[in-house]
Amino acid sequence: MSADFYYGVEVFLNGLMAGVLYALVALGFVLIYKASGIFNYAQGVMALFAALTLASIIEGQVPFARLINATFGTEIHDFGWRVPVLLAIVLSIGVMVAFAWLVQRLVFRHLVGQAPIILFMATIGLAYFLEGFGDLMWGSEIKTLDIGIPQGGNRWIEEHSAFLGGDDFYGFFIDNLDIVAALVAAVLVAGLVAFAQYSKQGRAMRAVADDHQAALSVGISLDFIWVLVWSLAGFVALVAGVMWGAKSGVQFSLSLIALKALPVLMLGGFTSIPGAIVGGLIIGVGEKLFEYLVGAPYLGGATENWFAYVVALLFLVFRPQGLFGEKIIERV
Amino acid sequence: MQDAGTTITADGRTIGPVVMEMKNITLRFGGVVAIQDISFDIREGEIRAIIGPNGAGKSSMLNVISGFYVPQEGEVWFKGEKRPPMKPFEVARQGIARTFQNIALFEGMTVLDNIMTGRLTRMKAGLLAQMIWKGRAEEEEIENREAVEKIIDFLEIQHIRKTPVGRLPYGLKKRVELARALAAEPSILLLDEPMAGMNVEEKEDMSRFILDVNDEYGTTIALIEHDMGVVMDLSDRVVVMDYGKKIGDGTPDEVRNNQAVIDAYLGVAHD
Repeated sequence: MSADFYYGVEVFLNGLMAGVLYALVALGFVLIYKASGIFNYAQGVMALFAALTLASIIEGQVPFARLINATFGTEIHDFGWRVPVLLAIVLSIGVMVAFAWLVQRLVFRHLVGQAPIILFMATIGLAYFLEGFGDLMWGSEIKTLDIGIPQGGNRWIEEHSAFLGGDDFYGFFIDNLDIVAALVAAVLVAGLVAFAQYSKQGRAMRAVADDHQAALSVGISLDFIWVLVWSLAGFVALVAGVMWGAKSGVQFSLSLIALKALPVLMLGGFTSIPGAIVGGLIIGVGEKLFEYLVGAPYLGGATENWFAYVVALLFLVFRPQGLFGEKIIERV
Repeated sequence: MQDAGTTITADGRTIGPVVMEMKNITLRFGGVVAIQDISFDIREGEIRAIIGPNGAGKSSMLNVISGFYVPQEGEVWFKGEKRPPMKPFEVARQGIARTFQNIALFEGMTVLDNIMTGRLTRMKAGLLAQMIWKGRAEEEEIENREAVEKIIDFLEIQHIRKTPVGRLPYGLKKRVELARALAAEPSILLLDEPMAGMNVEEKEDMSRFILDVNDEYGTTIALIEHDMGVVMDLSDRVVVMDYGKKIGDGTPDEVRNNQAVIDAYLGVAHD
């Protein structure tokens, strides 16, 4: 085999790793959409907010420092301590759960039974509110998020695969961060599936996703389940935000990863957890391979920006429910 | 006789004291009065029917009992206590299970999973306990599975245990819904037109199951039906509604001979 082939394989592997992150973001959408029929436009901003919260807590920053300073004429900025990563993660999860509870209590509880477009509009409002709120709470500077994940290419893989392609090939270059992200995502997905399948709350969650009226009649509180799924989506957003944030810093552009999740959802179906995973991997691998094989040599590159959407459009035309989504059948 | 302790029916079943009492219930939707000042009671162990022509307010009444509607006036008394306004899921947790006229099942789940959801209110192990104390949760799961399997046997749906509900024919869906309600081991079982849309054979099956449930488990049943014939054979006592008002209440025989009831069903002109 020629070295070119192995570079192709490397592109494929890196595509898989990127796909895992897409899948992670898409998963947050699926959780909420399945249980409540809400397409949560704010998922990307939630990832940003979660990552911002984690980074700021680690740095020991005082929340709402600017507001406090402006009101009381003080000059505080941080507490002067660094919070251990694990504790900071727990605190961030707490913040996301509180956020979930507030969203349900203040917004969606009052919109039960409204048309999907209204719910969607509410999430747009929520997205912009949360963005501003994140600014107010933690400031708008770009933050680095260092939670001890090793960066850079994995030496071991590189050294042990170098022999494959002869003299022109120096081994697969795979980022350590991507490997960690893939592992974390795998554990997270396995955990979520086990939770949905075997726990009492998971069963109730699936019940609510299926039929609200029936769920009520067997004693399930819709309010509780919705807070639960928003919390889970917040947790997933935290993981996604941490992985992307560790890669490229915690800044506003982080919220745009939500846009990457849209084609994944169209491919995998809005209601399927496995669909989000497989869809994410296909988009990740597809856009990297397309760029490597077709984009860069023939089209002048930068195909990664639009490739996923073309695939998604093809799916919308030929299989609108996605690969794994529930079939859309309507009797007239 | 209404407030007496227990009575024994002709076929040997024991009917206990009043378990639920509706007092002067009035329900309005805007200007439309769906239920107007209706009172009746349900006694432990009996089969109580609410009948009436279409649009009489029967389903509204069932929805009041199960908490889906909150009446503007009147009181609901359950087990000797006045019930505060409640959400449907809270009513379900109190031990009042129901079925729906147009069937509300979890179409994507199997028959077994559907019936298991009926046990959700009985599962005690919390989220953390399930993760930390696995043994306890497993024990509970096994207990619940046993109870559910018994119900599956009882309603003769073993052959479709693993079938997704969405694929079942109408009659079987109705039976699965009954099984799910029964799985909660409710103090009162509310059935909303359990025989609607069924053919004669299915109706006979369903009647038999309703009688058997009442007989075997001693479950108190309140059911709604507009088909008078079936109900008269099933129930111990019947409430008759028409245009949101109660026009009769008593044993099937008493109701059958009630002039107002005959008029309502034969369509005598209302003024």
